[in-house]
Amino acid sequence: MPTREKTQLLSAAQTGRTIERLGHEIVEKTGEAHGIALIGIRRRGVPLAQRLAGTVRAATAAEAPIGILDITLYRDDLSLASAHPVVQSTEIPFSVDGRDLILVDDVLFTGRTIRAAINGLFDLGRPRRVQLCVLVDRGHRELPIEAAYVGRRVETRPEDLVEVHLKEIDGEDRVLLERMP
Amino acid sequence: MSFTFRHLLGTEALSRDEITFLLDQSRAFQGIQKQPLKKLATLRGKSAVLAFFETSTRTRISFATAAARLGADTMNLQAESSSTQKGESLVDTVRTLEAMKPDVIVIRHAASGAPHFVAERLGIPVINAGDGLHEHPSQGLLDALTISDRLGRLDDLNVTIVGDIRHSRVARSNIHVLSKFGGRITLCGPAMWLPAEMPGMAPNMRIEPCITQALPGANVVMVLRVQTERLREPSLPPDEYIRLYQMTPARLALARPDAVLMHPGPMIRGLEIDPAVADSPQSTVLEQVTNGVAVRMALLYLLTGGAPSAATPQAG
Repeated sequence: MPTREKTQLLSAAQTGRTIERLGHEIVEKTGEAHGIALIGIRRRGVPLAQRLAGTVRAATAAEAPIGILDITLYRDDLSLASAHPVVQSTEIPFSVDGRDLILVDDVLFTGRTIRAAINGLFDLGRPRRVQLCVLVDRGHRELPIEAAYVGRRVETRPEDLVEVHLKEIDGEDRVLLERMP
Repeated sequence: MSFTFRHLLGTEALSRDEITFLLDQSRAFQGIQKQPLKKLATLRGKSAVLAFFETSTRTRISFATAAARLGADTMNLQAESSSTQKGESLVDTVRTLEAMKPDVIVIRHAASGAPHFVAERLGIPVINAGDGLHEHPSQGLLDALTISDRLGRLDDLNVTIVGDIRHSRVARSNIHVLSKFGGRITLCGPAMWLPAEMPGMAPNMRIEPCITQALPGANVVMVLRVQTERLREPSLPPDEYIRLYQMTPARLALARPDAVLMHPGPMIRGLEIDPAVADSPQSTVLEQVTNGVAVRMALLYLLTGGAPSAATPQAG
């Protein structure tokens, strides 16, 4: 198998600053983040949501509650996969009814993960509004889904891989683009 | 941890890690029972045959509920109306069911080993929902989930099982699960229902026919249903059973104060269990039922998909 060529899209410092900037954008566009809650999509959406909440807290003193969403059971590709992935729990310790929610994920690609996440959220109640925040938008959407907050837009080919590393999970902050030579 | 088996035929063959994995997966499905909208489309287009060659209400409804919650269809075979009454052999019946192309078959049968026999002959996953005097693995798992929820652990528990151990597949599945976590198991009941060879099933097992000796120190007390027809073989008048073995508040008080009181149902109040015990805060009877749906959802999900895959390289 030919080795893939990796290029760095964001360094550790750039990754940290990008997340910080996203937090400030959320504060600006949501009116001091009043009444919003952040929903991190497992896995890397979760530490991202926690960091965004930290920025919101520092900027406004407002506490944005965090929920964790596992979308495994809502995936549309289970029948294509030869095996079912392990299910993890969804932990949203507040009612989503009438709430202003921001879904948080690391990479926006086809939009199918977000479709699954929206389905999952609506099984829990009826939010007032759902927005999307992603660290990287790599294009190639297969559904009419867009993010309100984007850290970095990247031109990719469909077969490329965007690798997001976050300190909490991977021990370092870094975003890499892997492409076939 | 990976899930490497195709069928669930018993808990005896499961490793401690596999049991832990199945309970962890079940916990994810417990969360869904608490959602306002409990119905998923995860197994849309899949179907499960519920082949109950022996009558059952709660287990069959529990599997049917689990399948419905995941969006799968179910096809029911019930003993009373089945072609087995017309003399068809088990293998012909299940091959007929398989020809309808289900994705999984859940089977209950009066003959021990029937699910194994079926699993060897069919190309689809088989879940044992109770076979003869052998095993009832999903009950063993749901009981373990209930214990771990209540006590916060499964390790090193003193477990006392009271009643008709000989005829109980629930007892056997529980013994296999709990002994793998270091459980010390005490079997209590009339001598005719305590097979002398049973302590050989697992380490740290003992027989104690006297209930006041069997309960002290117990973290878990399992009361089994008395099948009244079995009281005749040999004869033990129900009054005598009640006097010697009914779980009363005074007897339950001999166990640890935080002990959980379990019953696989259906309960006969006033026979094996005093209503005050059945309704006490220590009783987990209804939690067991709720957890049963979660465990069965996890089993249907995992078995119709096979082993878990590595995460897809780039989800969208």
